[in-house]
Amino acid sequence: MSFSVTEPTNRTKWFAGIAVVLYAVITIIPLLWIIATGFKSPEDAIAYPPKVVFEPSVEGYVNLFTSRTRVNEDAMAELPPAETWYEELVREKGQTISGPSRYGERFLNSVIIGFGSTILCMVLGTAAAYAFSRFRVPLKDDLLFFILSTRMMPPIAVAIPIFLMFRNLGLNDTHLGMILLYTAVNLSLSVWLLKGFIDEIPVEYEEAALIDGYTRFQAFYKVVLPQAATGIASTAIFCLIFAWNEYAFAVLLTSGTAQTAPPFIPTIIGVGGKDWPAVAAGATIFLVPVMVFTILLRKHLLRGITFGAVRK
Amino acid sequence: MAEVVLNNVTRRYGDVTALDNVSMTIPDGAFVVLLGPTGAGKTTTLRMVSGLEAPDQGEVFIGGQSMNGLTPAQRNVAMVFQQYSLYPHLTVRENLAFPMKSPLLKTPADIIEKKVKDVAEILQIAHKLDNKATALSGGEMQRVSIGRALVRDPSVYLMDEPLSSLDAKLRSDLRIELKSIQANSGATLLYVTHDQIEAMTMATHVGVLDEGKLVQFGSPREIYEDPVSVYAASRLGQPRINILPADLFGHAPTGAKSIGLRPEQIEQGSGADSIVSRVEHLGDQTRLHLNFRNHDIITVTDAHTELKAGDIVAIQPKNPFFFDASGARQR
Repeated sequence: MSFSVTEPTNRTKWFAGIAVVLYAVITIIPLLWIIATGFKSPEDAIAYPPKVVFEPSVEGYVNLFTSRTRVNEDAMAELPPAETWYEELVREKGQTISGPSRYGERFLNSVIIGFGSTILCMVLGTAAAYAFSRFRVPLKDDLLFFILSTRMMPPIAVAIPIFLMFRNLGLNDTHLGMILLYTAVNLSLSVWLLKGFIDEIPVEYEEAALIDGYTRFQAFYKVVLPQAATGIASTAIFCLIFAWNEYAFAVLLTSGTAQTAPPFIPTIIGVGGKDWPAVAAGATIFLVPVMVFTILLRKHLLRGITFGAVRK
Repeated sequence: MAEVVLNNVTRRYGDVTALDNVSMTIPDGAFVVLLGPTGAGKTTTLRMVSGLEAPDQGEVFIGGQSMNGLTPAQRNVAMVFQQYSLYPHLTVRENLAFPMKSPLLKTPADIIEKKVKDVAEILQIAHKLDNKATALSGGEMQRVSIGRALVRDPSVYLMDEPLSSLDAKLRSDLRIELKSIQANSGATLLYVTHDQIEAMTMATHVGVLDEGKLVQFGSPREIYEDPVSVYAASRLGQPRINILPADLFGHAPTGAKSIGLRPEQIEQGSGADSIVSRVEHLGDQTRLHLNFRNHDIITVTDAHTELKAGDIVAIQPKNPFFFDASGARQR
């Protein structure tokens, strides 16, 4: 089918262009501010008026990854000379490094839980969406509505029952528990999005593959999956972003072993005064995986968002 | 290659009966064309034979074996769809190789390459082999999808209006090509179309379907010269057969409701007068639109006729068909 869309005038183009740039600048300023704050000294970070030009420092990053103790000048003098550049940096502030911080393991927890639930969600979501799209499922519409209804309230509304269930099942503060929880929350989104994408793939492709001598599973694997890649990628990004950024459940259900980065980052504030550069450094590093993931899949994401909108 | 038999096959979709107790035998090596308008059950018949869907009642046999409960892969059929059947994520070469790489065939790589080359040659797509399937024109896509059936050696080829999306020149080229491939290889071919030229030029047998029923099955000549009903008679012939009140020319047999006249059944130059209302020069033939006792008749006349609108031509029927009130032929 062809569309008759009139070419926008130059003035419209300019206007739209300026609007887009303006919006992009407004959204990116907080991001740039966080990144910049990570490289400020604690004094510059709270300076008023705020400093746009400053002398960069990695103190925030050093503080993020270490735990430190304050020592008095006499004790400092007795210490052997600093062995590393970061030890030296810490001592200038009248502290010594007493060990690594827990940021690394919290970050790793985020990676395990975020990507784990995303992968699980994609596997289950694709299978369910395919079944809903292609097979005669009894009570299909009701089931789909039921799946969607799990998202009709904010997930945190069921925090107390989930907390109690997790306690009884021994899932409190475990990786498995968090992966299952985030998968359950995301699954409705992924089933609905993926069903839309799979609906768009004409069933003739699979029929052709069946005739060509393949089983239904092989047809799904070799013909449907490659064509649904776009949809799967964009759905995966949405799921990952939710699981990665989730704060409330993480605070409630994790503490020691399975704590993710979002509840950990604010706790940095309490150690040795308000250490904003360390908090900003933690946030900056935390942004990186989702940013990389999104940039890697952005081609799919862009197509994915418009995919269902175009009728052929 | 094998004989295909449909035995009392019925298929319903909800309240609609798409196929109503259809039985037909497609002899080994036959080129059978199923004719009928949209909704007559042509595509459903193909799907029953292919195994993509199962009949509600009745049975399909291929090569004497019941196909009950067998998957398409187990039936070893090749099918060309009307559209959408190229895998868009693969190149033309990969599309052509796809059936041969299936667990059913597991063809060695060198044979795959040779077959792909041969078929690409026949279908004039050799220069496009490394293109993505989506980078082809509609005609090229359809040729590749025909090619994907031809690389195999199935018990029966099923084709669902494979030429309908092609332009006229390519269609007539491929018509000849398909016919000669089928004739040379002795393949059994079940072909769905509503283009009567395809039916007349390629078929060894034509099956005429009407609302899920097989109304006539025979050679194209048989159906043209000896149709069983108004419906079957209207499927073939260009211009279409003229269906008129039985007594328009006088002397109708008892029970006849209408008379059917193909152009060659209208004798010009004797009989009653008709008025020429329009003359269409098509080059190789000239169509004459006549008005006869307030009824429109279309017939064919000499390509270089001097007749023009308003002239008088005498006509009379010659060996006409008579049909009764239900549309069935009276003999």
